[in-house]
Amino acid sequence: MTTVTLTHGGERDHPGFEAAEHEGPAPKRIVTAYGFWIFLLSDMVMFSCFFATFAVLSKQTAGGPSGAELFDLKDVAVETVCLLLSSFTCGMASIAADVRNRFWFQIAMAVTCLLGLAFLFIEVREFASLVAHDAGPTRSAFLSAFFTLVGCHGLHVSAGILWLLTMMAQVVAKGFRADIQRRIVCFALFWHALDIIWVAVFSVVYLLGSAA
Amino acid sequence: MFGKLSWAAVPLDQPIPLIAGAVVLVAILAVVVWVIVAGHLPYLWREWITSVDHKRIGVMYVLLASVMLLRGFSDAIMMRAQQAVAFHSQGFLPPEHYNQIFSAHGTIMIFFVAMPFVIGLMNLVVPLQLGVRDVAFPTLNSVGFWLTATGALLVNVSLVVGEFARTGWLPYPPLSELTYSPGVGVDYYLWSLEISGVGTLVAGINLVTTVLKIRTKGMSYLRMPMFCWTTLASNLLIIAAFPILTATLAMLILDRYLGFHFFTNEAGGNVMMFMNLIWAWGHPEVYILILPAFGIFSEVVSTFSGKPLFGYRSMVLATMAICIISFMVWLHHFFTMGAGPNVNAIFGIASMIIAVPTGVKIYNWLFTMYGGRIRFTTPMMWSIGFMVTFIIGGLTGVLVAVPPADFLLHNSLFLVAHFHNVIIGGVLFGAFAGYTYWFPKAFGFRLHEGLGKAAFWCWLIGFYVAFMPLYAAGFLGMTRRMQHYDVPEWRPWLIVAGVGAVIITIGIIFQVAQLVISIRDREKLRDLTGDPWDGRSLEWATASPPPVFNFAVLPNITGEDAYWAMKAKAKARGQAEPKEPDYEPIELPRNSPTGFVCAFFATVMGFALIWHIWWMVIAGFIGAFATFVAFAWRDHDEYEIPADEVARIDRINLAERRNLVTAAGSV
Repeated sequence: MTTVTLTHGGERDHPGFEAAEHEGPAPKRIVTAYGFWIFLLSDMVMFSCFFATFAVLSKQTAGGPSGAELFDLKDVAVETVCLLLSSFTCGMASIAADVRNRFWFQIAMAVTCLLGLAFLFIEVREFASLVAHDAGPTRSAFLSAFFTLVGCHGLHVSAGILWLLTMMAQVVAKGFRADIQRRIVCFALFWHALDIIWVAVFSVVYLLGSAA
Repeated sequence: MFGKLSWAAVPLDQPIPLIAGAVVLVAILAVVVWVIVAGHLPYLWREWITSVDHKRIGVMYVLLASVMLLRGFSDAIMMRAQQAVAFHSQGFLPPEHYNQIFSAHGTIMIFFVAMPFVIGLMNLVVPLQLGVRDVAFPTLNSVGFWLTATGALLVNVSLVVGEFARTGWLPYPPLSELTYSPGVGVDYYLWSLEISGVGTLVAGINLVTTVLKIRTKGMSYLRMPMFCWTTLASNLLIIAAFPILTATLAMLILDRYLGFHFFTNEAGGNVMMFMNLIWAWGHPEVYILILPAFGIFSEVVSTFSGKPLFGYRSMVLATMAICIISFMVWLHHFFTMGAGPNVNAIFGIASMIIAVPTGVKIYNWLFTMYGGRIRFTTPMMWSIGFMVTFIIGGLTGVLVAVPPADFLLHNSLFLVAHFHNVIIGGVLFGAFAGYTYWFPKAFGFRLHEGLGKAAFWCWLIGFYVAFMPLYAAGFLGMTRRMQHYDVPEWRPWLIVAGVGAVIITIGIIFQVAQLVISIRDREKLRDLTGDPWDGRSLEWATASPPPVFNFAVLPNITGEDAYWAMKAKAKARGQAEPKEPDYEPIELPRNSPTGFVCAFFATVMGFALIWHIWWMVIAGFIGAFATFVAFAWRDHDEYEIPADEVARIDRINLAERRNLVTAAGSV
């Protein structure tokens, strides 16, 4: 088009203000990860709603058990260790993907998966025992908020494991193609974000909850 | 086998929804049969349904919004008619039906008219204004659209299968809890909004990433057209606010489906927490809708005044200020909750402060017009109509932001008049201005001016006749959502309001006629230059409709009003033939049915969840996951347009444009 060659001198240019000229569209790798960051932010907003709800309802036990009576901090500590370790192994998987080492990538992802499953197993066991002791989510508003907040995190971990297995299969089938690499980056961001949320869950729900 | 679903769900005893449903069904069937018989199906599937082109998706969003506008408006007509006749009588709508109508009207107008309309325009225009080839995530874009369409579909299915919510457009508990709303109406509401809410979030992430990361060379933030700025602000709000809606509705779903106690009256549930949460989303939501409209008015006023936008930087600042303050005013929706004078005062003052940046914008538009050579085209008429109307709506808004006044006006028709004043006068007028303004860009021919103006006058006058009386009725103490009433003083106002609705109907008829006649006369209204309005920003720098790659060569820009500057240069340089650019092959994303297939499974799952058909829920979930994996397994998600083809397409447009620059007094 004629217009393309006419590149210099807009009439309302502000020299000096734009220190560096904008370079044009960012590469795909940046765009994908950036978009995923924004998704994670929105996910954090959703979690913050559940946190706020929990804060409002945490004393509404309706004559039922409170957090101090229910929580077993030993179990929660094991859960936390599992999840934090899985973040470490997930980081190892990212490094393996960076150097395109399939063997170590699969090993690290498999360990991440096992740690995630261990976390989920302990969580499900905790939920089952609460329900068995008449402390299910329908017992009181406090327990509704507890099950929803912690369960929502658990659902995220489950979705993460499905995604993790998909990524392992994709690397087997397709190798470290550029698009697969981008997905690995997004998966790693997701997995680490779940860790951050768990730290908040651990502090707000379990530590503060047991103190009360 | 089919959960709660049985033949009793079809309201055979209620003629109005049944006839309406039958008419819609016949219309849809007729269209489908016509499409198949005429052999358009492969074309539709290839070029539209599976399209990941932001322009096509934008057009489909606007089409969805337009169809749903007709549905939402027929609800409005029924309500106005009911209130005009239901004095000392039951009118023609039984209470449970009337309640569904006002709930559906609000839900549809906000979620399936206003939202898709502005998102559609943003999709269509923003990549063009940024001078780039597509949005950040084209396939996700298609998923977002189809999920929105799923939500709209479910709301409409409720017309004939089961019922819709009777709780108002925001399902306040405890009324919306299972105890008081045991039917499937609230479930239809919840699931359609959860699904379309995901679609909206996807659109928000996509557009924010696009504006922040995908701009052409030289397009620094402070050179972006105003519409891109308002798009950024509005989509930031989507990202921060829609997860709140998702979480809040999820809690209500848990209450209703699994017996949780978030918002119940017993076991420690907290009803007011719902009001807080829903309005923490709901108030930003109104700015999600109005900010893009502000952007449209900025483009239109500047173009048709032939001047750069006055106070561009103050406009940017005002936009971002609104973006932030909109999160600090939610409590003004329930001053009557009793949070105490201090809390109410803070939120009252915050609500008044947000009027300040809005005022800045109004003055900027006025000063843009001042001294300009104004062309009174249809988009400009909508803009001027907006300025007058929106100021009135804003002033009544500031009035209800005063807590003592709000205690009197809360839940009255005054409030109904206020928010229609800003939503119709602001969002809808903006959407119509944008529709008329960018229609030639999308399709290559203009809309009929005369009919557009006729529609404008009917809407403007109809709006005042329909809603000014509601202010009066509100002052006389009439509360909203009344199915019948016995107060004679209210009657005349409601009859006048009914007349207003009829005038608006005529306006809508003009709009439909405008579209039909413009398509018929498209050769007469054809614009070959790609720049029918003597525009200023980059969307006018390419052909109409733009080629699939938008720009043969990405423009390199050096200031605000990029295309205007290019035209000025070309004019100054005179006839000298510019050097042809070096064309390169262009990579584009392949079309994909992912969005449509996802939406199909979302529809199945949503319907199954509403009716408690659990096996179908599982089937839908498995289908959705399989789609996700299948999509992730594709090997070739891009295709290439060879340089020769790019050059061939571009040369056609170049020739037309050269005529424009030499012939018209474009500068």
